[in-house]
Amino acid sequence: MGVVLTDPFGWIGQTLLELLTRLGLQVGAANLVINLLGAVVLGTICMTLGALITWVERKVVARFQDRLGPNRVGPFGLLQPIADGIKLLTKETVTPTGADTIVYNIAPVVMVMSVIGLWAVIPLAPRLIGSDINVGVLYIVSVGGIGTLSIMMAGWASNNKYALLGAFRTVAQLVSYEVPMVLALLIPTLLAGSMGMATIVEQQANVPYIVLAPIAALIFFISSMAEAGKAPFDLLEAESEIVAGYNIEYGGLKFGMFYVGEFLHGFTIAALTAVLFLGGWQGPLAESYPLLGLIYFLAKTSVVYFGVMWVRFSFPRLRIDQLNTFNWKFLTPLSLAVIVVTAVADKWAVQAGLSRVGVLLGANALLVLAIVWLIGAYARSARRRLERTGDKQAAGAHA
Amino acid sequence: MSALQWVFLLIAATTLVAAIMVVVGPNLVHAAMWLILALAGVAVFFVLLDAGFLAVVQVAVYIGAIAILIIFAIMLTRHLTADTEPQVTRSWWLAALASMVLFGGLLTMLTQIPTLTVGAPPLPGNPENNVRDLGQALVSLDQYVLPFETASVLLLAALIGSIVIALPPKAARADEAES
Amino acid sequence: MLDQWIFAAFLLPVGLLIPAVPIVLAALVSPHKPNSIKQSTYECGVETVGETWVQFKVQYYIFALVFVVFDVEAVFLFPWAAAYNLMPFYMVLEGVLFILILAAGLLYAWRKGALEWV
Repeated sequence: MGVVLTDPFGWIGQTLLELLTRLGLQVGAANLVINLLGAVVLGTICMTLGALITWVERKVVARFQDRLGPNRVGPFGLLQPIADGIKLLTKETVTPTGADTIVYNIAPVVMVMSVIGLWAVIPLAPRLIGSDINVGVLYIVSVGGIGTLSIMMAGWASNNKYALLGAFRTVAQLVSYEVPMVLALLIPTLLAGSMGMATIVEQQANVPYIVLAPIAALIFFISSMAEAGKAPFDLLEAESEIVAGYNIEYGGLKFGMFYVGEFLHGFTIAALTAVLFLGGWQGPLAESYPLLGLIYFLAKTSVVYFGVMWVRFSFPRLRIDQLNTFNWKFLTPLSLAVIVVTAVADKWAVQAGLSRVGVLLGANALLVLAIVWLIGAYARSARRRLERTGDKQAAGAHA
Repeated sequence: MSALQWVFLLIAATTLVAAIMVVVGPNLVHAAMWLILALAGVAVFFVLLDAGFLAVVQVAVYIGAIAILIIFAIMLTRHLTADTEPQVTRSWWLAALASMVLFGGLLTMLTQIPTLTVGAPPLPGNPENNVRDLGQALVSLDQYVLPFETASVLLLAALIGSIVIALPPKAARADEAES
Repeated sequence: MLDQWIFAAFLLPVGLLIPAVPIVLAALVSPHKPNSIKQSTYECGVETVGETWVQFKVQYYIFALVFVVFDVEAVFLFPWAAAYNLMPFYMVLEGVLFILILAAGLLYAWRKGALEWV
């Protein structure tokens, strides 16, 4: 009983290994079977989580909008996702004429794969991580890039002008916002001294990285929300704008897969923010009782996901040129500046023997002040320019 | 044969077939899809060679950025994404024969070299630290700092050059902005 | 080292199969009555006019291009960041120089108007 509490996942692995070797498999093959089993379990949990998240979002948006949300199907409407799933299952899937059948059909599958694949490197609890590779951070970037590709495939294969246009704009947005996301991912790597996700979480035992690099955390949070296509960046699938964008021609469960994949992506980026900046499974007594670590991880992820939903239901949608200006003229230079400032300040703090927390917080605060001043100066000059042209227009109108 | 060799054979076959389909198929966008499969195969090779960093770099840069660039370029420049003429010349069997002969010759030559027919020796250094060692090598004065900085100048030149070429002249942009 | 990748190597195909199974199930369960009107491309309820191609702006291409350059830059910077704790100060400055050169590139693109969404 003691070992179940202090090392439950190792105990599960050990029992499975013993069971399989007793059935006659060699140790190597048994290892493969355990990994396969773990992958199937994780994948299934992710899909069910995706369905559950749709219920959570509907309930939370309802409360934000002062109404009740789904509450007819099952207790508290918990069976609503199942009802939706059954409805989508029985809908006729209409393949448009001239659509490229193979590419059309694999696009939703590849999109969901790109989200589930991210969970392979997320440390869920101490010593519980799917793949403890030492390049976990870049793995996240690369698997996220596959999702971008799937949207391009969906838009092109639909043989529909609007789907193609929507897909181009979506891919342009996703590709643009990947730049500050990748640059912001450099900061936890820098502070932890490794690209492995398990190491990054272990290094946050004393102080989570959101304290050492708040601006980087914010940049990662915002740009990954744009990557997941969540509002206020959801121009590209807004029904009033471009009629659902790249998934116009998708019906039934193929659309359902896109839908669930998007919500799961939102939850996954909350999990990534919690792991990289809030300390993942770190917490009191997490080292000795890994189940507590799992609970801390889920709690932190839920808090961040509530933040994602809060932002989603509070802000109006950004226009596409506002989107691009915000990314290229604000987030990208800011992330470059943050890397330079953090790298120089941290090394100087370590060499001068000062407190790391104090120096980095001070550097971030100075950067914030500099940005506020810069934006104020830009706004002033823009206003002056507007007044000058406004005067000229008024003078021209009166003349 | 060990499981690793079976995996290698499978991935090698997939990559080769995908590479051939890139060249042979009439539809350009399908060719791009096959190219993506071939690039993914190369990424798996990197993993099998214990170069995990290069594998994720391959997927992130090639599949995540360059493949998208290629697809954009195809859709920007072609109205018809499919060629109507046959893609393979009539005497393709001659080319196939020549390449088989070349392959056979290379194979016999390479198997004569004793060091190439045994397994590769393990690299010095802990494979866990390969990224850290690479990082140190990139910026240490007696290793690769000059190529590192030159790479940034090269990237700058690529950025400026491509913007100069791709950006339409100001007149065209002003027209588009007003329309 | 190689067996660390096994889980990811299994999770990706499993992630491919898990959405594929419901879709195949739906294809078996759902009704299948195609007719030409249902299958015509959707254009807000109006009949399709002309071929399906879009003259798209070069802006899309430029964004993807700038992304490629910054992606490769980040790929160079990741090993530098991973070795950060073992470096003396001048090595940090070398990395900062790398970043500044590319920031100059971004500034050029900005001033040339390549980052506008026309």
